[in-house]
Amino acid sequence: MSTTVRQRTTGQQPVTRSAIRGSVLGIEGMPMHEIDRLLQLARKMNPLKARPLLRGKRVLLLFYEPSTRTRASFEIAAKSLGAMTTLILSSGSSIEKGESLLDTAYTLRAVGADVIVVRHPNAGAPHLMARHLDIPVINAGDGMHEHPTQALLDAYTILRHKKKLNGLQVAIVGDLYHSRVARSAIHLFSKVGARITLCGPPELLPEISATLAPGLRISRSCEEAVRGADVVMVLRVQRERLAGLKLSLPDYISRYQITMTRLRLAKNDALLMHPGPIIRGLEITWDVADCPQSVIVEEVKNGVPLRMAVLARALGKA
Amino acid sequence: MKQSSQSHSLLIRNGHLIDPVARVDALMDILLRDGQVSEIAPPNKIRSGADEKFDAKGLIVAPGFIDLHVHLREPGQNYKETIASGTAAAAAGGFTSVCCMPNTMPVLDSPEWVTWVRQPQRGAVVNVFPVGSATQASKGAVLTDFRALQRAGAVAVTDDGKPILNETTMRDALRSSAEINFPIVQHAEDTRLTQNCSMHEGPTSLRLGLRGMTDAAEAAIVDRDVQLAQQFSGARLHVAHLSTAEALTAVRRGKRNRARVTCEVTPHHFALTDSDVRDYDTNFKMNPPLRSASDREALLAALGDGTVDAIATDHAPHAPHEKVVEFERAAFGVTGLETALGLAITVLHGRQKMPLARIVELLTAGPARVVDLRGRGTLLRGSHADVTIFDPKKRWTFDAAKSRSKSHNTPFDGWQMTGKVVATIVAGRIVYRSS
Ligand SMILES: [Zn+2]
Repeated sequence: MSTTVRQRTTGQQPVTRSAIRGSVLGIEGMPMHEIDRLLQLARKMNPLKARPLLRGKRVLLLFYEPSTRTRASFEIAAKSLGAMTTLILSSGSSIEKGESLLDTAYTLRAVGADVIVVRHPNAGAPHLMARHLDIPVINAGDGMHEHPTQALLDAYTILRHKKKLNGLQVAIVGDLYHSRVARSAIHLFSKVGARITLCGPPELLPEISATLAPGLRISRSCEEAVRGADVVMVLRVQRERLAGLKLSLPDYISRYQITMTRLRLAKNDALLMHPGPIIRGLEITWDVADCPQSVIVEEVKNGVPLRMAVLARALGKA
Repeated sequence: MKQSSQSHSLLIRNGHLIDPVARVDALMDILLRDGQVSEIAPPNKIRSGADEKFDAKGLIVAPGFIDLHVHLREPGQNYKETIASGTAAAAAGGFTSVCCMPNTMPVLDSPEWVTWVRQPQRGAVVNVFPVGSATQASKGAVLTDFRALQRAGAVAVTDDGKPILNETTMRDALRSSAEINFPIVQHAEDTRLTQNCSMHEGPTSLRLGLRGMTDAAEAAIVDRDVQLAQQFSGARLHVAHLSTAEALTAVRRGKRNRARVTCEVTPHHFALTDSDVRDYDTNFKMNPPLRSASDREALLAALGDGTVDAIATDHAPHAPHEKVVEFERAAFGVTGLETALGLAITVLHGRQKMPLARIVELLTAGPARVVDLRGRGTLLRGSHADVTIFDPKKRWTFDAAKSRSKSHNTPFDGWQMTGKVVATIVAGRIVYRSS
């Protein structure tokens, strides 16, 4: 191995640095040309035609939270490029014994990880790792902060149906406050110059959400938000989150659930998106999830080429 | 902190003396003898000889600074700081007296532990005035014996780190405070509203995906306490590290109603705002958190207009394993003893045009009054010979790695500041001299 693992010296702060090139920590800090580059690259990636671009590379998947689609998607993406993958779950590993995030990261680096994909319940966990590691770190979701590859794959999905992102009217409806997907999507849509309307009750969409990125509009009326939209993105409502809030479930459903009637207010060729997991009957009705405008399944599918692009770029192979 | 009782004298010459209590703001020579201020006179007028002379030409000579709020971490957490290392940092920052918080292990809830902290074996290089805990083990339930703590040398009581949440407990504490003329220091935070929060509630916390503490969580407690304090004539309430505009309103109301309410503000709260929390740098995580720009504006105004009684650092050293972790899991707190004067002069004097005399007051007479440190906070003849000499124009860069504190968790590493301590004198002896 050419590089050695950074050691911590006692009594001193560990050496820190800026994240290694190729790290994907969030959309907020990602330059537009990098977003374009990844979206273009994803088009060239075909999981069915294996390209051993990453042969001999080790991709470590470090998951501190349960995940189905993101984890599977990264794993298949890595394998499609010929990389080896190792999955570390917080349960059943040293993490359970109290090992710190950085010590776990140093250990994974020491066993030969070339890139670490991390999902973590704390916002900023990937940033902490990236500051101390000499290999790229990919954020697969950090707390309520960001989920950058989800936003990228959503943009990628939209571009399969629309010529460009600039100028699109996008409605994002649901629980934005708790959603890392929302934050990444908002940054991305804002950067590409889409017209964004955020919609939800104040408990899940505080007024200050308008400060998240330039050009955001907030609406408390689902009808108003959806009317004339090119893209309707629905966010999951977590029942447990509502527990402490004044908002009741029936209230939410009556005012913000995306139904066929509400969806018809959008443009005829509008896309219905949902980053999943979906809860039919709550934020979305059964028929909406499966309607012709729904690209929910396609989003999942597109996760693979997009993440192939991210991994290839992280390891300097594209 | 007792030096040898041998007779010793030190003459500080040609300095510009600022002593708000004595209403002096002029060139003066000062003679310190046997631990006391012996003589003050215009330059070259002191005839008595001195064992040692200090030329303070071009420098400000002030009463020794007093920090009402430091965590020295002993007993029990000497991996973060010791009384020796913490007071060395204090000396380097110009502080000749520090009030140390009781949230140690064990908590300073008995006269025995208060005495222990004050023993010479601890190796303090400046005066240490312990603050006892207000409730047993700071659990918020049963009040400690205030009178016994007071007799052992505690200058106040607090459950700092946590608030005294229970209203009855706080009322009882303030009643005792009035009876024995003893300040209750409150860390004002309604912890029922700040569960899992790691910074200030606002656009930055929303963007970073971190749960935020509202202004109201602080203000509600200050408001309640001020009202309670008014119920007992003579009760003394001191609000620690006040950080919000709303809480200032409550303090102002108390002061208007002649309640004995005082408050302190930290340098990090007057120098930084929540938007400075970047890249999940845990050196910007403390409690109370960095607040909004408008809160900071309100603090600046209150420091100037007399609402705030003292600048206190809330020096809170932590080891790397407690800080170099996920932001939400990191310990709250930053070090502050060595950067307080530089920040005060740079921000308050340089940018806000606050007179140096007011800054000196906030670091000396103000805090001395809050906890009744008799003969300190001024250089009137007969006072303790605690003196801070600083250069208000000196530009320098703070290097955290060179800190005398055992811990380096500061948001001000690499900051360029104006105003630097040149010498710190405790009981007539120089305990720190800048190189
Ligand atoms: Zn406190």
